[in-house]
Amino acid sequence: MPNNDQNNGDEEIHTFAVLVENKFGVLAKVASLFSARGYNIDSLCVGVTQDPSVSRITLVTSGDINILEQIRKQLSKLIDTIKVLELDDKETAERELVLIKVSAPKDKRSEVLQIVEIFRARTIDISNDALIIEVTGDEGKIGAMLELLRPYGIKEIARTGKVGLSRGAKTLKGLKN
Amino acid sequence: MELSGSQIVIEELKANGVEIAFGIPGGAIMPFYDEIMKSEFPHILTRHEQGATHMADGYARVSGKVAAVITTSGPGATNTITGLCNAQMDSSPIVAITGQVATPTIGTDAFQEADTYGCSIPVTKHNWLVKDVRELQGVVREAVRVATTGRPGPVVIDFPKDVQVAMTEYNPLEKTETALSAEPVFRIPEPDTKAIERLLEELERSEKPVIIAGAGIIKGGAAAELAEFARSAEIPVINTLLGMGGFPGSDPLFLGMPGMHGTAYANMALCECDLLINLGGRFDDRVTGKVAEFAPGATIVHVDIDAAELGKRVETDIPILADVRDVLALLNTQARKKDRQAWLGKVEAWKRDYPLQYDWDGSIKPQYVIEQIQEVSEGEGTYISGVGQHQMWAAQYLRFNEPNSWVSSGGLGTMGFGLPASIGAKVGRPDREVWLIDGDGSFSMSLVELATAATYNIPVKIAILNNNYLGMVRQWQELFFEKRYSHVHFPKSPDFAKIAEGYGVRGFDVKDVDQVRSTLEQAAEIDGPVVMNFHVNQEENVWPMVPSGAGNHEMQLGPQSTEKLT
Ligand SMILES: Cc1ncc(C[n+]2csc(CCOP(=O)(O)OP(=O)(O)O)c2C)c(N)n1
Repeated sequence: MPNNDQNNGDEEIHTFAVLVENKFGVLAKVASLFSARGYNIDSLCVGVTQDPSVSRITLVTSGDINILEQIRKQLSKLIDTIKVLELDDKETAERELVLIKVSAPKDKRSEVLQIVEIFRARTIDISNDALIIEVTGDEGKIGAMLELLRPYGIKEIARTGKVGLSRGAKTLKGLKN
Repeated sequence: MELSGSQIVIEELKANGVEIAFGIPGGAIMPFYDEIMKSEFPHILTRHEQGATHMADGYARVSGKVAAVITTSGPGATNTITGLCNAQMDSSPIVAITGQVATPTIGTDAFQEADTYGCSIPVTKHNWLVKDVRELQGVVREAVRVATTGRPGPVVIDFPKDVQVAMTEYNPLEKTETALSAEPVFRIPEPDTKAIERLLEELERSEKPVIIAGAGIIKGGAAAELAEFARSAEIPVINTLLGMGGFPGSDPLFLGMPGMHGTAYANMALCECDLLINLGGRFDDRVTGKVAEFAPGATIVHVDIDAAELGKRVETDIPILADVRDVLALLNTQARKKDRQAWLGKVEAWKRDYPLQYDWDGSIKPQYVIEQIQEVSEGEGTYISGVGQHQMWAAQYLRFNEPNSWVSSGGLGTMGFGLPASIGAKVGRPDREVWLIDGDGSFSMSLVELATAATYNIPVKIAILNNNYLGMVRQWQELFFEKRYSHVHFPKSPDFAKIAEGYGVRGFDVKDVDQVRSTLEQAAEIDGPVVMNFHVNQEENVWPMVPSGAGNHEMQLGPQSTEKLT
């Protein structure tokens, strides 16, 4: 039977949704797990759920399948973890909110505003030579919008990181596994 | 009933089966120490907080019970980090209670403030900073439960000074507060019946099976079940370093230790087996050598209580997430006998042809001292080691016949573990004689705890195998760095016997091989701690050896053997 040495195959990007107890220090434990084992955190987003004693972490990470499997198991092992779910692209409604400050002097402004409209984004601040745009969407939409805005000069970006919910009636609940 | 935070912790420790504490007081833990005195909670004052953690660790490993470690804030707490990490790596339970500056001053860089919570996250199974006295009762209960259930491990409760004196209503029978923590922290999964069926099929098919039994056998109380299974199915058993004692060393099926300094026959069996059943071991890199070449022809079965261990290092054909004892109980009712005389004969021949061996040259051979310890103690002691060559020789030459009779720092390899762990082991199992096999380097790292052994008259028998070297490192330098002995020599070794006398402990200095046996016999008779400084052969090496990063089949047998393995 073949055995694997540490690296096995291609890097994949995965999104985990983790329900944790809404307590002091839990986020430090999650972050420590990643730094201790040398795993990447591409983005991380935390907020309280409908149950105020429970927080939901959405975490985007990358690694080969063995590493992703370890991440899932190590997250599950934390005492404060209630549930871990890997969010599958196809079965998940995913969104990220991004604020983009883009150069828009008078002569370019209408072009930029057109892009905002096409993407159904919003302008939330306007000054003489810059706009702040708020866009919400999945990775594809945000990537495409940034691509189109880049030639005008992106001055600053703030991203929330991705959040996601499984489509349909399925929910992420239950006790520790 | 209104109690202070300190009183609540004492009450809850008692109620949850914690019978003893090891520690050192200081400013930020004084109110709690005051209560320890008033309540007469059993406590051993150590000389270093690291020592306290190793004592609690040793105590747990021989008794199966959990002890508390108590320290002050700042340096007291940071001194526990190595001991906690050691316990975490070897799955040993400890409940550490660290003093902390008062809650209003947390975060102000107050005197002796350290971020104990942050520092201890990576070295504990779980930890708490208790800012509200009303949470204490639940936290202490959960702490003991987390430390001792599932895969055991150390926990820390950071305990601010104001919370130690704050008063609150206390009801000893009260259920813990939050809904989630009222659930068992860890539910032990039932063995998956499909996986068990597959394992049984593989067993029937297998001509050359082998078992690796890890510490899970000991921690899971499954030694009797393992012996029954191995004997009835006639499968040779390899014990990992920490699994020693989980299967009788005197049994003909016993193959000793695998891996880097494993026996030749264990490694040969691993290379040739067609079915490898790992029961509660974690496929450490010192066991597997190069993973790609590990057990190349085998179907691999791995039983572990920790899901994260399954498939972590070695690709596993049949992973079984369960309590190893439940799995063995099932196998014992279902496994059928199969004739494997050819395989057993082969293994027997390896044992005969490639035994552990060392040669005589008139000097004191470290292996000889260990054999003599085995004889003098009639194999009935608790045996502890430091870290280094002596540790490997102890694992090779001692014969453990009972679980919990061997205590060694495996995962972290912590020099200085030996003496404090011995003290803890004697406190945990006072009915058994405790023998520490230590190196001069390892012993030097915690010998201050001789004062603790002397103060409480804890009769640990300490055999220092003194080679004036950091021997294990010297061996690597000899073999892999062309004998460039960079900073491994102690030309001026202290007179350890005199040091012992200075602590009020009997000391022996042994330079002559003829005195080895008689010294050990005398030591056994003394009612108190004893230090024996054995001046052993300085450049003895541990054999066999699998070079770091090589496959187990590339094992070198050492100069005694002229034969090459194929
Ligand atoms: C705290 C610590 N520091 C360093 C090491 C690295 N190390 C491993 S074995 C060893 C030598 C141990 O020497 P000694 O205790 O005299 O035992 P010997 O190998 O000579 O039997 C060293 C330095 C370690 N394991 N632990």
